[in-house]
Amino acid sequence: MTLSPMETAAAKTPDGLAKRIRGFSDRTIAWIFVAPTIFLLLAVNIFPLIWTIRLSFTNFRVNRPNNDVEWVGLRNYERILTDPDVWNTMQATAHFLIWTITLQVLIGFTLAYLINKKFKGNDMWTTIIVFPMMLSPAVVGNFWTFLYQPQIGLFNYVVAFFTGADPASFSMIGDVHLAPWAIVIADTWMWTPFVMLICLAGLRSIPDSIYEAAECDRASKWRQFWTITIPMALPFLMLAVLFRGIENFKMFDLVVQLTGGGPGNTTTLTSIDLKREAFEKWRTGYSSAYAVILFVTVFGLASIYVKALNKVKER
Amino acid sequence: MSFSVTEPTKGTKWFAGVFVALYAVITLVPLLWIVATGFKSPADSIAYPPVVVFEPSLEGYVNLFTERTRATPDMLEAAGPAETWYDQITRERGTVISGPSRYGERFLNSVIIGFGSTFLCMALGTMAAYAFSRFKVPLKDDLLFFILSTRMMPPIAVAIPIFLMFRNLGLNDTHLGMILLYTAVNLSLSVWLLKGFIDEIPIEYEEAALIDGYTRFQAFYKVVLPQAATGIASTAIFCLIFAWNEYAFAVLLTSGTAQTAPPFIPTIIGTSGKDWPAVAAGATIFLVPVMVFTILLRKHLLRGITFGAVRK
Repeated sequence: MTLSPMETAAAKTPDGLAKRIRGFSDRTIAWIFVAPTIFLLLAVNIFPLIWTIRLSFTNFRVNRPNNDVEWVGLRNYERILTDPDVWNTMQATAHFLIWTITLQVLIGFTLAYLINKKFKGNDMWTTIIVFPMMLSPAVVGNFWTFLYQPQIGLFNYVVAFFTGADPASFSMIGDVHLAPWAIVIADTWMWTPFVMLICLAGLRSIPDSIYEAAECDRASKWRQFWTITIPMALPFLMLAVLFRGIENFKMFDLVVQLTGGGPGNTTTLTSIDLKREAFEKWRTGYSSAYAVILFVTVFGLASIYVKALNKVKER
Repeated sequence: MSFSVTEPTKGTKWFAGVFVALYAVITLVPLLWIVATGFKSPADSIAYPPVVVFEPSLEGYVNLFTERTRATPDMLEAAGPAETWYDQITRERGTVISGPSRYGERFLNSVIIGFGSTFLCMALGTMAAYAFSRFKVPLKDDLLFFILSTRMMPPIAVAIPIFLMFRNLGLNDTHLGMILLYTAVNLSLSVWLLKGFIDEIPIEYEEAALIDGYTRFQAFYKVVLPQAATGIASTAIFCLIFAWNEYAFAVLLTSGTAQTAPPFIPTIIGTSGKDWPAVAAGATIFLVPVMVFTILLRKHLLRGITFGAVRK
């Protein structure tokens, strides 16, 4: 019989210590088990966050470490909130958020509803549909620029095939009007399966007996859909929206590879703008304030949303 | 077969099946296109209209793994006949291989950082999850929420101080730094998922073990861990995939030694413009392992992506 690492360790420990380990109270063990995790999260998340907050009140610049660091109070915050460019970025982010979530919920729910009809092979098709969301957004986003090429791209070819337009006449990522849609399409392609999976879980959680009862009461299928299916799947749908909302508010990798924020600033989402301020213009103090504003926004909106979600669940 | 009012009719099933299959096929096209482009010659990759049937070529893969220099016909002749098949391919383009490209290195970095952070994350995560599941930890709900909330921060927002901190500690652009960082990023996922899996193991097993004279540690090792094996395995795959795919931190904090594949693949360029077959080849090698893992994970997929909030 081979000894497990624990036993080997136990065999080597002197009696006194062994007794002490054995004698650890549950409370001590709990702390020993939890402490490393908490410590690492404090070091890599909370400490930097506090540092960011501190920097946000200064005019510090990483690329000029010898400059005097001045305490500027709330000036960074004031400048961000009054900057029209920042508001344009917010608008681009809002456009991106609203459309991706709307499309993903519509398509995702429809797919889930159909998959729930339990046709043959639905497991296999579900797995295939899920592929895009498991892949690296940066690598996939980079390849989408190839699909969007005006002359040679597959996307333009397909659009041209169905509409008869000249495939070289439009550029999804070079045109100010089309670029915001280019990122919406790619994101929807990638993340619809996520919404679909959650909706599917919601639909599968509805017991058959409820539909059977409705059938006995002669409720029409249409009525069953609106009075049973939708309300009972709603908490799941809302959860999906929460996850997609948070993720897309932070969106960086897919879009930065697809459009890099261009053309102009049409697809500069907040994370991309923040990256430019922090790592290209090196305005550390300013971008720290920017980061704090974003974090407070996500956290605030998410908390309000979770409260609403819990209310729906209780109903 | 018993009749049930909730069983969809044959027609409904047929319609649903066709519609879903159609969507699946459409959604698969970009991925198939990546794989196909990897096997195209440069001319085929930019042909209009896009070609579906083509003569497969390994040029993309050769270009992906090598650096090449242009050579005059005289030089090619002086070098003698090509010794290997990949030499042959590059010579047909009037170039000679001057050395290996960085792709191998970058891929290896992804493997080291991915597996390193997954291992660490699982070690810490299992312990914390066990404690949260079985013991009365003070402020348990607050701590769990704190762990989850670390996930809400935009990576760019914490990247500035992490960049400064890593620079002071000499961790910038090192494997260790990235492993620690990805471990911290994934801890929220592993703790929440594993807690769910451990919650499902009946506590009676451990109680029986404790009565039999096992210590808490032994009960944890010999009873709980084997019971949670599937859960631990699928959580590990999730952590691995997240670390594998991560881009924001990688692009900001690494440039040379510890750079992973996602920031590197988009920068692959050929001698004249973007070498799409090479990019596609690099992407294929990078993406296919994840697809295999996805198939293995399909039972636990939902749980993983929702941090255990939704269980089937």
